Amino acid sequence: MSEPILAVRGLHTAIRTPSGPLEILRGVDLEVDRGETLAVVGESGSGKSFTALSIAGLLPAGAEVTSGQVLLEGRDLVALREPERRTVRGAEVGMVYQDPMTSLNPMMRIGRQVTEGLQAHGWSKDAARDRAVTVLGEVGLPSPQALMRLYPHQLSGGMRQRVLIACAIAPRPKVLIADEPTTALDVTIQQQIIQLVARLRDEYGIAVVWITHDLGVVARIADRVAVVYAGRVTELARTRSLFATPHHPYTDGLLRSLPTPGDPHQAPLPQIGGSPVALSALPPGCPFAPRCAHRQDRCDTEEPPLIDRAGSRAACWVPREDWHAPSAGVTGRA
Amino acid sequence: MPDRPTSGEIAIDVRDVVKHYRTPGRGEVQALDRVSVSVERGQVLGVVGESGCGKSTLARLLTRLERPDSGSVEILGRRIDLAKRGELRELRRGIQLVFQDPYASLDPRQRIGAALAEVLSVHRLPSGDGRVGELLETVGLPPSTAGRYPHQLSGGQRQRIGIARALAVQPQILVLDEPVSALDVSVRAEIINLLVRLRDELGLTFVFISHDLGVVRHLADRIAVMYLGKIVEYGPWDVVSDTPGHPYTRALQTAVPIADPGLDAPPTELVVTGEVPDAADPPSGCRFHPRCPLAEDRCRSVEPLMLPASGRHRLACHVVQSEAATADGTNG
Repeated sequence: MSEPILAVRGLHTAIRTPSGPLEILRGVDLEVDRGETLAVVGESGSGKSFTALSIAGLLPAGAEVTSGQVLLEGRDLVALREPERRTVRGAEVGMVYQDPMTSLNPMMRIGRQVTEGLQAHGWSKDAARDRAVTVLGEVGLPSPQALMRLYPHQLSGGMRQRVLIACAIAPRPKVLIADEPTTALDVTIQQQIIQLVARLRDEYGIAVVWITHDLGVVARIADRVAVVYAGRVTELARTRSLFATPHHPYTDGLLRSLPTPGDPHQAPLPQIGGSPVALSALPPGCPFAPRCAHRQDRCDTEEPPLIDRAGSRAACWVPREDWHAPSAGVTGRA
Repeated sequence: MPDRPTSGEIAIDVRDVVKHYRTPGRGEVQALDRVSVSVERGQVLGVVGESGCGKSTLARLLTRLERPDSGSVEILGRRIDLAKRGELRELRRGIQLVFQDPYASLDPRQRIGAALAEVLSVHRLPSGDGRVGELLETVGLPPSTAGRYPHQLSGGQRQRIGIARALAVQPQILVLDEPVSALDVSVRAEIINLLVRLRDELGLTFVFISHDLGVVRHLADRIAVMYLGKIVEYGPWDVVSDTPGHPYTRALQTAVPIADPGLDAPPTELVVTGEVPDAADPPSGCRFHPRCPLAEDRCRSVEPLMLPASGRHRLACHVVQSEAATADGTNG
């Protein structure tokens, strides 16, 4: 296999807190190929958004990458100095956020929102303008020329999200990072944005990292999936394998808890139980062990690395064959 | 699938309700336009739709946070839209609202026990520790939760408190407005299971409002689909979610991604284009026509009526209705 366009290796990111630094990412590993979509899925506090921000070099004040690598075509972005990093950010790695209203400047016309970034990366004013018109058309916005003169509040939520995507892809980045880009949108609009990003990925060979909490969205967009729990990747697999044969009990629990058409109507859904572990009070072993139905002694003392399992990788000591049957009283799904 | 047996008693009866809001700059927004729906006691009505469809306005009318411009809202056989003082207080005890984010409505400086006791005393009900403990237990929380502050609770625990607060007055009906949408996936199943258990144990009637057809399908006995202030399809849960007739419901059904990568992407002809139009200036004729793949000339000028498709299944679509009529003609 050729070298992945983006590879993240052992990424640690910490934030400053009154009681000292707190690790939010505890060694994240993932990779994405050209023209491929990787979904990073997790629940609140799992570290999925910090993964996106660390890759894009857009961490907020008080947060920093403390070790590990973000390799873009083999070049380590973490090791770059600030001026170089700024060139890469935006030009080679584009970012789209969840809320298009807060990430667009309300006082700035749409045209300038798109051209500003391009000019910062050395495009001439005229070239940036031409590119902006083209790219607004590419993301499916009607009459881009006229649209250039409008302000964000004059657009609907779906149109604003298209503008943000236009801003991100205008400099022709190699990687597009999308942090919950459809969470604030209605489902019919979400569907349009999903199709748009898939088309851009296929036409321009962009690698997409799509951060989401929604397993339905994952099933529809992703070639591969990284499941994040307590600041680490717990399972990394091709999308179909992940849904058909999860190798981590957390992934298994998430999938079982979703209502699906095959479930008995109004019957109890299987639930994981417990609540996500606090990063400030991690257990010595596997962070999922306190909630895990398949825990063994080793899990309480030693945190598992990603282990190869039938083409997938899972951070779990216990192979699927040794898992217990779903507990009684809960309607398990075969 | 047969309906769950009911007394046939009507818990909620909404007739021809119209509600407008005056908004600065946009003029008059029609939030609900001649909406009628009823719910039998012990049943779960699921209400599905996207932003601006009127589902939250419906919740506010049912609980008398607002009154309709015209039409009637009957709760447990009495007109809550007309009720005054004493009767209103009594009716409000019968129907309670649960919000998407209970955190927003909890005082951050008040302990959970005090918050629940306050609700009880406002309604002049016994508010001792025993009753508070009982309420917590009903929603699956230990009595020690009473001593905690809202920020010390997880999202799921806070939603349980939101439900406990609604249950404090021993209502017969709960109106749940997106109660699981803000929750993490692993917590969502817990709250759904809790709701099913409460419905069975306490014999409650639910109006469950959500944009998520998958969750509504699991919980509801009947489903009403709303678009831009109107109910466009209504019927038994399995009919509406699995074999919907209205093109908007079909679009919703394909737009909600199912967590099964083995399924093909939806056929492009079912992907609706455009966005929900401004409710201040709704389209003429059928309000869905500008986005509808089946739209014909008459859809642009004549508003379709809700007509029976089969049994209790009703929908408002010229094209589907005349296709059904033609098929009947051929068969008959």
